[in-house]
Amino acid sequence: MGIEGIGARVARKEDKRFITGKGRYTDDMVVAGMKHAAFVRSPHAHAAIKGINTDAAAKMPGVIAVLTGDELAADGIGSLICGWMIHSKDGSPMNMGDWRPLAQTKVRYVGDAVAIVVAETKNQARDAAEAVEVDYEQLPAVTEAVAALKDGAPQIHDNAPGNLIYDWEIGDGAAADEAISNAAHVTRVEILNNRLVPNAMEPRATLGQYDEAEDHYTCWTTSQNPHVARLVMSAFYSVAPENKLRVIAPDVGGGFGSKIYIYPEEIVCLWASKKTGVPVKWVADRTESFLTDAHGRDHVTTVEMAFDADNRMTGLKVDTIANLGAYMSLFSSAVPTYLYATLLSGQYTIPAIHCNVRTVYTNTAPVDAYRGAGRPEATYLLERTVETAARELGVSPAELRRKNFIREFPYQTPVIMNYDAGDYEASLNAAMKTADYAGFPARKAEAEKRGKKRGIGMSCYIEACGIAPSQAVGSLGAGVGLWESAEVRVNAVGTVEVLTGSHSHGQGHETTFAQLVADRFGVPLDSVSIVHGDTDKVQMGMGTYGSRSGAVGMSAIVKALDKVEKKAKMIAAHLLEADETDIVIENGQVKVAGTDKALGWHEVALNAYTAHNLPAGMEPGLKEGAFYDPSNFTFPAGCYICEVEVDPDTGKTEIVQFVAADDFGNIINPMIVEGQVHGGIGQGIGQALLEGTSYDPETGQLLTASYMDYTMPRADDVPSYKVSHTVTPCPSNPLGIKGCGEAGAIGSPPAVINAITDAIGNNNLTMPATPQKVWKAMHG
Amino acid sequence: MYETNYHRAGSVDEAAKLMDSAESGKFVAGGQTLIPTMKQRLAAPDSLIDLRHIADLKGISVNGKDVRIGAGTTHYEVASSADLAAVCPGITSLAGHIGDPHVRHMGTIGGSIANNDPAADYPSAMLALGATIHTSKRDIAAADFFTGMFETALEDDEIVTAVSFTAPDACAYSKFPNPASRYAMAGVFVAKGGDGVRVAVTGAGMDGVFRWEAAEQALGSNFSAGALDGLSVDAGDMLSDIHGTAEYRANLVKVMAKRAVAAA
Ligand SMILES: Cc1cc2nc3c(=O)[nH]c(=O)nc-3n(C[C@H](O)[C@H](O)[C@H](O)COP(=O)(O)OP(=O)(O)OC[C@H]3O[C@@H](n4cnc5c(N)ncnc54)[C@H](O)[C@@H]3O)c2cc1C
Repeated sequence: MGIEGIGARVARKEDKRFITGKGRYTDDMVVAGMKHAAFVRSPHAHAAIKGINTDAAAKMPGVIAVLTGDELAADGIGSLICGWMIHSKDGSPMNMGDWRPLAQTKVRYVGDAVAIVVAETKNQARDAAEAVEVDYEQLPAVTEAVAALKDGAPQIHDNAPGNLIYDWEIGDGAAADEAISNAAHVTRVEILNNRLVPNAMEPRATLGQYDEAEDHYTCWTTSQNPHVARLVMSAFYSVAPENKLRVIAPDVGGGFGSKIYIYPEEIVCLWASKKTGVPVKWVADRTESFLTDAHGRDHVTTVEMAFDADNRMTGLKVDTIANLGAYMSLFSSAVPTYLYATLLSGQYTIPAIHCNVRTVYTNTAPVDAYRGAGRPEATYLLERTVETAARELGVSPAELRRKNFIREFPYQTPVIMNYDAGDYEASLNAAMKTADYAGFPARKAEAEKRGKKRGIGMSCYIEACGIAPSQAVGSLGAGVGLWESAEVRVNAVGTVEVLTGSHSHGQGHETTFAQLVADRFGVPLDSVSIVHGDTDKVQMGMGTYGSRSGAVGMSAIVKALDKVEKKAKMIAAHLLEADETDIVIENGQVKVAGTDKALGWHEVALNAYTAHNLPAGMEPGLKEGAFYDPSNFTFPAGCYICEVEVDPDTGKTEIVQFVAADDFGNIINPMIVEGQVHGGIGQGIGQALLEGTSYDPETGQLLTASYMDYTMPRADDVPSYKVSHTVTPCPSNPLGIKGCGEAGAIGSPPAVINAITDAIGNNNLTMPATPQKVWKAMHG
Repeated sequence: MYETNYHRAGSVDEAAKLMDSAESGKFVAGGQTLIPTMKQRLAAPDSLIDLRHIADLKGISVNGKDVRIGAGTTHYEVASSADLAAVCPGITSLAGHIGDPHVRHMGTIGGSIANNDPAADYPSAMLALGATIHTSKRDIAAADFFTGMFETALEDDEIVTAVSFTAPDACAYSKFPNPASRYAMAGVFVAKGGDGVRVAVTGAGMDGVFRWEAAEQALGSNFSAGALDGLSVDAGDMLSDIHGTAEYRANLVKVMAKRAVAAA
């Protein structure tokens, strides 16, 4: 590795603009004649719309237009879709209810958009939005998935009887049942996986501009995947054909999944721009973010895990009810199925696995992928169950895991996934050593003297990243391919631009991706620019989610680099009168190996563009593109150990130690990877201790709609992490990398809850483990 | 935020006059409660009368045990006053745990007590210290000033100008913050002076800040945490919400009271 190449801890190139307030976000975009939008939103969780009167609002100062769903429908704008078809076990397709960008006949959750007001200023738009009179006939609401499935529950979509979206299964139910009935021991656990609000620092925003002269649309938006946004808006929502729609996702301040999806606001602002003749900008306020960003998690699950007399796992049976909210968001159907149940083997050899999943409509915000997406839910239930089993069996939690680890690869699980590489014992050992696991009893005794209850818990997670082989996901119902695309453009002076379909919204791509180029051609990092987030600049792309930018996005770049390197070597061989196979690229020099014959990298580039002396028949230029379609998922895995002290008087938990030993395969920039782990664990601790989304079950009002009531993790809620890595390179991609973006959020919640339940000696505890809940669990 | 008109008052008199001529005016001090409320469109005063530039409302004076804090004094100024810490460390430590640094540099003691949020910290100190609230019209004993959740004895055009109290022999404040807002879920200020012990509780009570008289009596004869062992507040009088049930708050009141006594 060079000082800027693969493996180097290079400081992030993008941070200067971010930490000096010079980032350029959607709300920073200003175009001539731009006006401001506010949405009229439902104050009710469930109501029929009897009429909308916009007369008073239209007469308010500064108002340009008040537009409703009927007008939108009249212009042929389509309904929002879920892009992954899941079939129920009886073969029937999922029951996708109609999601109009502006509700016409019915509202289904608090925050559902009903109309848009365009005005000279944001406050005028808001004032007028309050003056729009919507005649609602309130209907009974239901917010919890289990309640929504009960007889007599309010019916939310006509085509989803009993609010059931699908009833799906995976694995071998008979085999799992048999394992359970033959078991020496069965551990049974009820699991609640709490609903989370994503809370990206930058709220969602969009600016829609219609150019009448060109009949062309531009959409600036807070998106993790601008090309997908363009595809979906043109192919399904009929906003504009792809060649007439440019989507730009400039700097984006965090997404965590919530900015994958195309929301009503982008569509409506683009349409409103054409309708009104002015560019239309909308920026969510924090309340709108709480109410309308797609939420995460929200599962209710029962687990049965069977063991033989030797404490080997023989079977696993899981039954899950997942709350998808009022509408099916873009990837919502895939999260509690293929991103969840396919990981239920964890790090363990479990011969028989069966999982049944019912997804349900409720009168709450739509639920979709949130950092980890399905894998945190799988990991949480498995690792809570294994820990519980160890307690019931009276064996060490570490040894129970060790005994059941998968040790030979590739390993075909009973739930589709084929693990390609890993060494679970290595991460377990590394974590236990760093945590001084053996010294825990002494620390516990010392804490007892101070009146504190100390506990230790672990979690051995596995997840699947690098989504995904297109053919495989296609066969499972995905509506798109999940490749990535890259173009490497060497300029005539030797500087390099990489155009990538990945999108950075905090991940540090501008640095990591540039390191690949610096490493390959020996050019300084500063001469490499990463271009992303604009469908007019970047050829194609599928975007960033599921920790795919490394394994898939960078693999596409590597493929393009390979082509550029090959051509550069051909040019150099020609100029140096050498054989192409003798050419090497080192430290910015293109050399004939073992001689002093060399050209500067920039000289080769210049020759490619002057084209005065190229090999016969070669095209000028030094620019290559590539698509990369992965051949498998990647399987990051690791072991997290959490140690807590609980104050028995108040129930407050303090995390006194947190150790992470991750195997992400090869690592490009360890500093950025550690940052991803830190952030992920912070969110995992948030889920475990702090973040609880609460809807009033009667009225469907969101009770945690601001930071006064929704507890975001603050710096003093989290400890200083001890992070380390073990490495088994990923065999399926050229860099041997697995992905690191979500592991922290996936692996940490069960470690925290295992530690608290260990400390208090009561296994009955749900997330978030607030002081009140822990106190109750201790004192009954 | 709805449109409003901003007025900067140079004196208490001018502020009162501006208020009288406004249709629906509001005083603004640090703005840490009022401005967020306006941004959420939950308050819509047509006039904002800014008190921050009135010199008379500023400053802390400590003469022996006599303490006077101007209404416009920020939480940061109270928290960092060495003079005040020397005679009444409970109040400086209380101020140092309000909100975050931004809030402490803007928010004021006058604004906090005028607002009388049931989870705000200062009201407990005012009650426990037996403070007097000075206004543009009169002097009001703290016991008469706080009249219920978000309710005070203030009239619409009445301005808090200062608070004053005699520093106790010993005092301390112990707070269990709401995990989300970090206001008090239960905050207990204990002060021991010549006229006995006062224990005031914020964040937990259904009617806002209150004095826990049974604890005061027990501590009057035995000023130690152990004196509270057999006591408890009635959960029936406590707040219950998504963050804490009444039972949990009742427990916190006792735990925080013991910790305050131990720290005093
Ligand atoms: C993020 C955050 C966290 C916070 N955390 C805490 C906390 O932990 N504990 C806590 O106690 N508080 C907390 N606060 C509130 C903070 O202490 C405020 O400073 C305080 O509530 C109000 O003071 P202010 O000077 O900002 O008043 P303003 O917001 O300006 O005014 C509040 C009210 O008081 C009136 N008012 C102001 N000054 C006077 C006066 N001199 N005479 C008469 N009426 C007046 C105003 O008209 C208004 O109705 C927090 C606030 C924020 C934003």
